[in-house]
Amino acid sequence: MNNNPLFAVAAVYDNPDKIISAVTKIANSGYRKFDVNTPYPLHGMDGAMKLKSSKLGFITLFFGLMGAATALLLAWWTLSVDYPLIIGGKPFFALPAFIPVTFELTVLLATVSTVICMLTFFFRFPANSYPIHDTQYMKDVSGDKFGVYVEAADSRFDLTELTILFNETGAVRIDQIYLPAKEVYPLFQPKFLWFLFSVFVITSIITYFSLNKLMYMEPFDWMADQQKQSVQKMSAFYSDEFGMRTPVKGTVARGFIPYKYLGQAVPADTMKNPLPPTSSVLELGKKKFLTFCSPCHGNFADGDSRLRGQFVNPPSLHTNRARTMTDGFIYHIITNGQNAMPSYSSQVTREERWSIINYLRVLQKAKNASDADLKMAKKESVSDGK
Amino acid sequence: MDNKENIALDYRYELPVVEGNLKKSDIDDLIAAPLEKKANKNFYISLALSGTALLIGVVCIAITLFNGIGVWGNNQPVGWAFDIVNFVFWVGIGHAGTLISAILFLFRQRWRTGIARFAEAMTIFAVMCAALFPVLHTGRPWLAGYLFPYPNQNGLWINFNSPLVWDVFAVSTYFTVSLVFWYIGLIPDFASLRDRTLSKTKKIIYSILSLGWRHSHRQWQHYEKAYMLLAGFATPLVLSVHTIVSFDFAVSVLPGWHTTIFPPYFVAGAIFSGFAMVVTVLLFVRKIFHLEQIITLNHLEKMNKVILATGMMVGYAYAMEFFMAWYSGVPTEQFVFINRAFGPYAWAYWIMISCNVLFPQLFWFKKIRRSTTAMLVIVILVNVGMWFERFVIIVTSLHRDFLPSSWGMYSPTLIDFGILLGSFGLFFTLVILFTKSMPAVSMSEVKAVTEGAQPQHHGVSDHE
Ligand code: HEC
Repeated sequence: MNNNPLFAVAAVYDNPDKIISAVTKIANSGYRKFDVNTPYPLHGMDGAMKLKSSKLGFITLFFGLMGAATALLLAWWTLSVDYPLIIGGKPFFALPAFIPVTFELTVLLATVSTVICMLTFFFRFPANSYPIHDTQYMKDVSGDKFGVYVEAADSRFDLTELTILFNETGAVRIDQIYLPAKEVYPLFQPKFLWFLFSVFVITSIITYFSLNKLMYMEPFDWMADQQKQSVQKMSAFYSDEFGMRTPVKGTVARGFIPYKYLGQAVPADTMKNPLPPTSSVLELGKKKFLTFCSPCHGNFADGDSRLRGQFVNPPSLHTNRARTMTDGFIYHIITNGQNAMPSYSSQVTREERWSIINYLRVLQKAKNASDADLKMAKKESVSDGK
Repeated sequence: MDNKENIALDYRYELPVVEGNLKKSDIDDLIAAPLEKKANKNFYISLALSGTALLIGVVCIAITLFNGIGVWGNNQPVGWAFDIVNFVFWVGIGHAGTLISAILFLFRQRWRTGIARFAEAMTIFAVMCAALFPVLHTGRPWLAGYLFPYPNQNGLWINFNSPLVWDVFAVSTYFTVSLVFWYIGLIPDFASLRDRTLSKTKKIIYSILSLGWRHSHRQWQHYEKAYMLLAGFATPLVLSVHTIVSFDFAVSVLPGWHTTIFPPYFVAGAIFSGFAMVVTVLLFVRKIFHLEQIITLNHLEKMNKVILATGMMVGYAYAMEFFMAWYSGVPTEQFVFINRAFGPYAWAYWIMISCNVLFPQLFWFKKIRRSTTAMLVIVILVNVGMWFERFVIIVTSLHRDFLPSSWGMYSPTLIDFGILLGSFGLFFTLVILFTKSMPAVSMSEVKAVTEGAQPQHHGVSDHE
């Protein structure tokens, strides 16, 4: 009837006591490769089968500790090393506040890895076929019967002896289970390749769509489009359509004296620079120069703008003309604008303007230093400026 | 059922877990029946009802997503409202499942077998409903990934000091562990179904789901160990989850929230409401699927006792909050509690008190504990009461705090109600689909507690 090799001989019982005694006998006769199948765990079966207790607990312990360590290390590293932040006056490593997350990660890692390890190490997952599947024997023990089988691979395997033993212990039925015919699935089947290919295509389309299209649609576009006026945006409300507003013409803030020479191309007189070139003033001047002037005038005021021809290139500020300008005149240019250069009075405060001028003087000096200056600089650096 | 006979039960002896001398094969047939028979009219009617509720919720969520959470009633000063009320409510519902499946397992309560699977499924669905609300409240749920610590382009990390981050970890861990626990319990049943079924497609599905399970004792041995370990972890986990949820409030300095009684009080409330929900749903399930012999009146009575006990704990907590407000001598604290009971939201407060403290007292009477109609009314009231408890805690504490100039009132919008309804729709739709597609009662566990299921004399027992 069946040409496949014998896998095992199995017996089905209908009473828990009977199977326990049968299993005890089998285990005592020295069989090793046998197994018991019951619809639910039977009390006392571990002893009857002479099984050692499960080692699963060690896995749980190990991964539980790993979870705790991961949480603590993560909290410590992120909040006190990588990006230290004072939160609610707590120390950077606020142990009590980290306990909840530590506990949760301990539980998470311990339980999930217990189950995964049980499935892979003890149940041989992902392999999920076994010779006794799809047999009448399996159907019985899945429902309300109890079964035991001894594998033909066992060194003591003796069909007649086992049959007698099963009969003596009151088996309801004795089955012989054969190995199922081997099925081979070549890896590179056209169907499988098609499957892989379609998975690839579908994932690519979905990824492309969600990253490049969906995230730019309302409302997923980070709420980019909101009902408010933002900088650089046109305004339908103001007649000049500028979203960014400057102070209303002619208004004077309290305690503020308007610039006297506004609107004069060449002022009759200029102001005096009130700021001495201290290091903090120069620092501020450098910062503001790089922010507001360098796009057009270049980082070192060479007139090498970064505007790629979108705006008239300004002249170098190292020309004789620029070097001999008074501070007050440069101040006038920044405040009032000059020809193509617009006024920067609304972006740059008065102090900042004077600081920029001081910094500009430093740049000019550096570009046009004479030998005497170099000697002077050397002397100062040796004497540390004193 | 046969009430008269049952009332004469002698509680000194252990009652049979499964009634009516069911054979093991009958149990399989009974439990697998909803999966194997064609669905009847009732099934479709209930699915249509819950599906409608779900759809209403989906529409309201879509409106919320498109317009932002401005469509909700949340305002200043009540910035946390329906969303957090519903979140705490649903998380609480979930806790009964873990309590039944894990804590009662550790206490070796054999009666849990009939209801554990169902309660676990309810846990999972309830946590899903719960997670919906805080995620929606963030306003941009598609950025929820930022809640987890991962190296992002902003170079920022999450704040491990914040109770809201603890919440993220607690709820996601709780969901994962519950799911794993539930699935582990289902494996042997999927195997039994695989060996029962005559349909080819079902066989393939069950074969995959049962992971090659063969009821081997060499498997059972590890399985039981794993189950016990999981139960051992799920027990402190369930306590921690609602503790952490209560930290969301207790860790702040708002009068009415800032109290140390919150963690135990919340856990008791969670078990209270969760059991009420389990009883509500089980009453219908046992009737519809004829599981009266497996989910017996004794089981329901035991759950009612738990409801009575936890209800009194909750009542104690209510009283204690008032006592502490008086004892602390802090005027704002005292004002908040007087405002709770007699202020503009007094109606909510008294609904809460009557539903949670007064009505459950009826469970002192055995007749009421064992009458299905009476208990249905009471447990539904308990559900209502527990929802209002969260409403009272959140809204009354927020709407009038330190500065009278910034007091305000809260009233929910239709969208708020729609999403609440939708969450119930989601919950019941999932419950209905679950009962139809998976064994709602654990086959292997129930079989193991029938009469004569275990050997009379344990051979060489090293078991437990
Ligand atoms: C939008 C580009 C732009 C920016 C930004 C800009 N400038 Fe100018 N600047 C010009 C142009 C163009 C000229 C030449 C104007 C002309 O033709 O007279 C100029 C001229 C000048 C001059 C006169 C040079 C001369 O020889 O007449 C000075 C001084 C000057 N800028 C300083 C500044 C300072 C200081 C800042 C930073 C606050 C600044 N500029 C920012 C475009 C700019």
